[in-house]
Amino acid sequence: MQTKEMKKLNLSEFFMKLFRRQIFIPIAALLLLAIFNLITDPSFYKITLGYNSAGDPVLSGYLMTILDYGSELAILAIGMTLVTAASGGQDISVGAGIAIAGSVILRVLCGTNSRPETLQAPVIVAFLISCVVAMLFGAFNGALVAYFKIQPMVATLILFTAGRSIAAWINNNELPIISEPSFGYFGGFIPGIPIPTPFFIAVACMIIMALVLKFTNLGLYTQAVGINESSSRLNGLNPAFIKFLTFVILGLCVAVAGLIKVSRLSSINYSVIAKDIEMDAILAVALGGNALSGGKFNMTASILGAYVIQFLTTTLYKFNVQSDALSAYKAVVVIILVVLSTPVVREYLSSLGKKLKFTRNVKEVG
Amino acid sequence: MKKKVLAVILAATMVLGLAACGSKPAAETAKTEEAAPAKEETKTEEAAPAAESSGELIKVGIINNDPNESGYRTANDKDLKEMFTEANGYEASFAYSLKNDEQITAAQKFIQDGVDYLLLSAADTAGWDSVLKDAQDAGIRVILFDRTIDADPSLYEASIVSDMAKEGQTAVDWLKGQNLSEYKIIHLQGVMGSAAQQGRSGALDAAVASDGWTLVTQQTAEWNAEKAQQIVQSVIDSGESFNVIYAENDDMAKGAVAALDKANIAHGVGKDVVVMGFDCNKWALEELLNQNWNYDGQCNPFQASYIDEIIKTLESGGTLSEKTIIMDEKGFDAATITQEDVDNYGI
Repeated sequence: MQTKEMKKLNLSEFFMKLFRRQIFIPIAALLLLAIFNLITDPSFYKITLGYNSAGDPVLSGYLMTILDYGSELAILAIGMTLVTAASGGQDISVGAGIAIAGSVILRVLCGTNSRPETLQAPVIVAFLISCVVAMLFGAFNGALVAYFKIQPMVATLILFTAGRSIAAWINNNELPIISEPSFGYFGGFIPGIPIPTPFFIAVACMIIMALVLKFTNLGLYTQAVGINESSSRLNGLNPAFIKFLTFVILGLCVAVAGLIKVSRLSSINYSVIAKDIEMDAILAVALGGNALSGGKFNMTASILGAYVIQFLTTTLYKFNVQSDALSAYKAVVVIILVVLSTPVVREYLSSLGKKLKFTRNVKEVG
Repeated sequence: MKKKVLAVILAATMVLGLAACGSKPAAETAKTEEAAPAKEETKTEEAAPAAESSGELIKVGIINNDPNESGYRTANDKDLKEMFTEANGYEASFAYSLKNDEQITAAQKFIQDGVDYLLLSAADTAGWDSVLKDAQDAGIRVILFDRTIDADPSLYEASIVSDMAKEGQTAVDWLKGQNLSEYKIIHLQGVMGSAAQQGRSGALDAAVASDGWTLVTQQTAEWNAEKAQQIVQSVIDSGESFNVIYAENDDMAKGAVAALDKANIAHGVGKDVVVMGFDCNKWALEELLNQNWNYDGQCNPFQASYIDEIIKTLESGGTLSEKTIIMDEKGFDAATITQEDVDNYGI
């Protein structure tokens, strides 16, 4: 009898612990969506092995679509989490940054001819150049935020406004199209491997980030700077440089996402490529339970948040929700999250939890 | 103090930025002026006497949207620049903006400069009455191209526009003519409410209602290839069958085709899925030529020859038979398209 009671208590404690864990929020959201889809239409989870028009095996199905299209977002979420943690603000220029990075890649690959028969440079060279460019733009944002102490959202507004024009200017406003099929691998499938390449790229980014967080002090330092800038300075850190560094890392993430984006269609449209992706990236960070005002962060939760957003998008597409109404649904999620994270609600919830525990304790005593 | 310095720096950057923006159109005008005499020399002598016979050059002020806006606008701007040269008897000045107030300022400047004709593709439909009245008082004739405005028709001589509903109708008629055994259509719409979307959707909606066609899905992809790809991907994942993709511009058709390729669904002439697009981008017409797509509807950006004709008529004292001139717009069928079409009509 006693042991049973104990077990029950342990279980409830376990759930309480889980509830307090940050990763609970994206997991709960994911489960909610997963169960909803399971009830309405179990075929949502069907994955079939087929062949694409080039004759290579590909896995297809809604889940694969989520892994595929959620990957850019996951990559961006990595960088955005760091920026959020260190600076307590968000970078709203990532969409424009992707346009610039993508434009640079195509410019290098095409040279001066917008319709090349053969690539003018290896893809890796183009990608590295775009990384440098995107990191420079990240450095620009970072310098404004870290050294000029401009609010991140205002500082990145500059590039948000100007970025797509810069992207158009890089290619003389032409719309290059690459006919070389191997360029499409990054946003599609590598022949013989039936899982979408963007997912592998995202996993690679995650592994690199995990290693960096494990073997360097980057994670600790960004959190320290985000929690209290002046005390971290007193402890010998250089807060400005850490902030600057996070923006540069985000720039790198933008370049990777840009490569996937332009590879998907082997082309670019400056005004619409990665449109509104910054909002999704910020939402991913929020959905991961990270405080948008900076400080402690949980990278895994952010990445999971990114895939949850794509899960939501794909679910809505499946139900034929008008695509211009998608942002309204996402807005509902944001409202719920923001309200849940306010101190008023937090306090109420924790007092509710204590009350429950208290009554149980009383019962036990009785 | 620090803040002040920062403010000064920022202000300086803004001014520099403005200056950079401002210099661009000027440079382009200079370029056309440079190019014009060179062209005169190379052209045959027929053009030169024509210009001389009318005496002075006709001064035209052209107000257009930013040529970087889209492929359509780039082609439109190029066409105008090729037409209004000194060799053809014109002295042209250009002003570009996507903002209505800047366009109105440019119009006022052209009126002060005393141009003979004001050619206008307005960014916004409203707000043009007073400035066009000024133009009328100054004896300047106004010709609208590409876009109409909400103003009294007496304020302008003519407007040359595309009929989006007709473009849609031509496409739908073509689709009807294909006599498919069934019509299961994925309809990818442009930004809701735009003239192009309303015209092109309207024709298809009417046909769906009257001919019992099925819309598998009808979604706006907002002219965006990626969104179109996701929407079509979602339909493929759901396992629903379809045999027509009606995309309201070329970009969305491209996105749709990318999704089809991934799922190994054959598309194009004589294949499982009929692909339709609009705007006649050069690359899209090449897809037609390669039989990967089936149809592309034109949205004609070449208004210059129409404008030229109107000005010639007015100069010789003639009157125009109608105020609104709707341009001829073609629809290209992959079965009949030729390389020549691609070169002539691709934008």
